[in-house]
Amino acid sequence: MATIELKNLWKEYGDQVVLERLNAEVEEGEFVTVVGASGCGKTTFLKLLLGTESPTRGQLLLDGKPIPDEPDESRGIVFQRYSVLPHLNALANVMLCGELETSRWLGRAFGDTRKRLREQAVAMLESVGLGGALDKYPHELSGGMQQRLALAQALIKKPRILLLDEPFGALDPGIRRDMHQLVLKLWREQALTVFMITHDLAEGFYLGTRLWVFDKDRLDPQTPESYGARITYDLPVGDSDKGTLQSISQNVNDTSRLLQGAIR
Amino acid sequence: MKKLINRQAGPVGRWALGLLPFVVLVVLYLVASDARLAANPNDKLLPDLASFVDAIQRMAFEPSKRSGEYLLWVDTLASLERLAIGVAVSAALGLVFGIVTGALPLFRAGISPLVTGLSLVPPLAILPILFIVFGLGELAKVMLIIIGITPFLIRDLQQRAAEIPAEQLIKMQTLGANTWQIILRLVWPQVMPRLIGAVRLSLGSAWLFLIAAEAIAATEGLGYRIFLVRRYLAMDVILPYVAWITFLAFAIDFALARYSRWRYPWFHQAG
Repeated sequence: MATIELKNLWKEYGDQVVLERLNAEVEEGEFVTVVGASGCGKTTFLKLLLGTESPTRGQLLLDGKPIPDEPDESRGIVFQRYSVLPHLNALANVMLCGELETSRWLGRAFGDTRKRLREQAVAMLESVGLGGALDKYPHELSGGMQQRLALAQALIKKPRILLLDEPFGALDPGIRRDMHQLVLKLWREQALTVFMITHDLAEGFYLGTRLWVFDKDRLDPQTPESYGARITYDLPVGDSDKGTLQSISQNVNDTSRLLQGAIR
Repeated sequence: MKKLINRQAGPVGRWALGLLPFVVLVVLYLVASDARLAANPNDKLLPDLASFVDAIQRMAFEPSKRSGEYLLWVDTLASLERLAIGVAVSAALGLVFGIVTGALPLFRAGISPLVTGLSLVPPLAILPILFIVFGLGELAKVMLIIIGITPFLIRDLQQRAAEIPAEQLIKMQTLGANTWQIILRLVWPQVMPRLIGAVRLSLGSAWLFLIAAEAIAATEGLGYRIFLVRRYLAMDVILPYVAWITFLAFAIDFALARYSRWRYPWFHQAG
């Protein structure tokens, strides 16, 4: 059975159509990379998955039921920024979800529970390579280390679906490669279903099992907002040639240029 | 020679330049005082240093002839107590209402317009009402401070609580937090250093309301004393009292700033 189903999904804000006629199914354990020009509804789609926005028409189903319309623990998330809590050190950031679970009213664990949570958190931090930075606050960590921490924090909750919103967009290329390895490793170990949004096409071609390209296949240069974006390519990763990459890249760039021009 | 805009003071220079205006002011005062006293030895407007020393000695280190109390300390204790109660109650109210209205949109819709309206009422204008309702005792004076600074604290903290990035609120929910846990583990700890900052800003107003209330109805207190001795043109008492109040205000501000840096390093070092 498909974990996530998109059934004729539309998202509109007034006259502005952001997404239209999305139809797709995603199985448990798939790693979907979503690429597209800015303004093509990638982030809106993520918000629909997260539950902070609701579809205008059509359905977004999780296990056959409409996806909950507010964020909850079934879907973990890593944002590009502000993903970790600045007032807690690395260890406390990762222990937090266990503390919230075990202590409904105080949100804090003590004694043996605390010890057990601490051990789990330390193991998690070690697996993302932060074993040496347990008592560091986020502002003392580099951008890459902060994203490692964010991954650890999201994954210790063992979410069924992990959403990544341009998680490596602000990182240097070398560090980005390390992070790719880390994400792939965690995805395999935890059997997650991953949606990753990126504007880096190459990243989409290299990571995961499936590539979605969000693009507007109908475009009115005067009023680009009157048509929404659709999934124009749905490719298995590793099964496409250079020509495809180039033609996708061409399409995305054209749309991007047109949208930018329209905004100005 | 570098352009003026590029020249920086060294460590010694910075101290020297910082102290210079104070020294100039003191010297100007002494010269003016000297000139007036030369013209009229009984002049009370600009007393010389000896009268200050004498007045401080009399107020701080000798029991009052009338009541047997050491007046400066009695006044200081009374004023600080009122200030502390007033500011503490205001801070608690500001924290609770600021968090509730800042973090919960439904409560913001209900409470925020009222707070905005109340914050526009000039507190001193309702001082007579306070005296009528609460009598001339301690309560009216503390209430003036509370009414004076609480709306500001609530509005500031509401703003700060609302400024917490939406990403973090979503993150907490994906970690399984309910509303109460989000407030307890995310909003409250992040707003605490902001509360200290807001209290520091509101201390100036708190002193203003305290002294105004004491000037009108009190039997001891720093503001009461200043307004009492004004009748005798006792500048030799008023000026040291003003200096002492200024020092207390500075010391409280400094202590709060230090405490905040020590307790919330993540807030002050993040950048």
